[in-house]
Amino acid sequence: MKLRLKFFASIREQLGCDGEVLEAPAGVVTVAALRQLLLGRGDIWQQALSGNRVLRVAVNQDMAGPDTPLRDGDEVAFFPPVTGG
Amino acid sequence: MPVRVQEQDFDAGAEMSRLRASRADVGAVASFVGVVRDSNDGASVGSMTLEHYPGMTEKSIQAIIDQAKARWKIFDALVIHRVGELKPRDQIVLVAVTGSHRGEAFAACEFIMDFLKTRAPFWKKEQTPQGARWVDARVSDDAAAARWSSTTPKAGM
Repeated sequence: MKLRLKFFASIREQLGCDGEVLEAPAGVVTVAALRQLLLGRGDIWQQALSGNRVLRVAVNQDMAGPDTPLRDGDEVAFFPPVTGG
Repeated sequence: MPVRVQEQDFDAGAEMSRLRASRADVGAVASFVGVVRDSNDGASVGSMTLEHYPGMTEKSIQAIIDQAKARWKIFDALVIHRVGELKPRDQIVLVAVTGSHRGEAFAACEFIMDFLKTRAPFWKKEQTPQGARWVDARVSDDAAAARWSSTTPKAGM
């Protein structure tokens, strides 16, 4: 399953990249599972996406929760709480 | 276009004139303009950079406008939000709403702004004498948006 990942603001800076195309292994079927997979990459990923920090996730540009299902071709964005206006 | 995300400044007066001139039954134009302050959380702010999520930004603001239109009898709503580098005194955002009467226009304008602050994917990074820092989301903004889901009707209901 192919996912298009996007990172914004402080998370983009911490990771040093604004996105990637990920070939997700079987079993990565929810936002929570994807986050676990990325946390497993180690240091900077744990700092950027750790459970201690408030994180927002959007799937195909709609706000999503941990249980939101993922499908082939989805765009998944990780970002901190928004501060516009 | 009822939603515009742009680097350049806007003329709030001209935008509101255009909005109300589009129909003769407009009796009220309510608006809000957000401006960059020269200080925040105890530090002086020299400039700020606004980043956004192209595509989702427009989509989320349009969804907020649609909710406002479903909730109040308003005619049109316009949101212009700037991105890129901004300095104190610069305008950041314009929300303008037209309706027959002020109550609904005021309420819808405030609703759109409250939800924009908590739902639309923008992020501010401030330049301060101590260095650059990302602005933290405020709990008070979440509270402002949450009060719209209470059953107590606001003005214009």
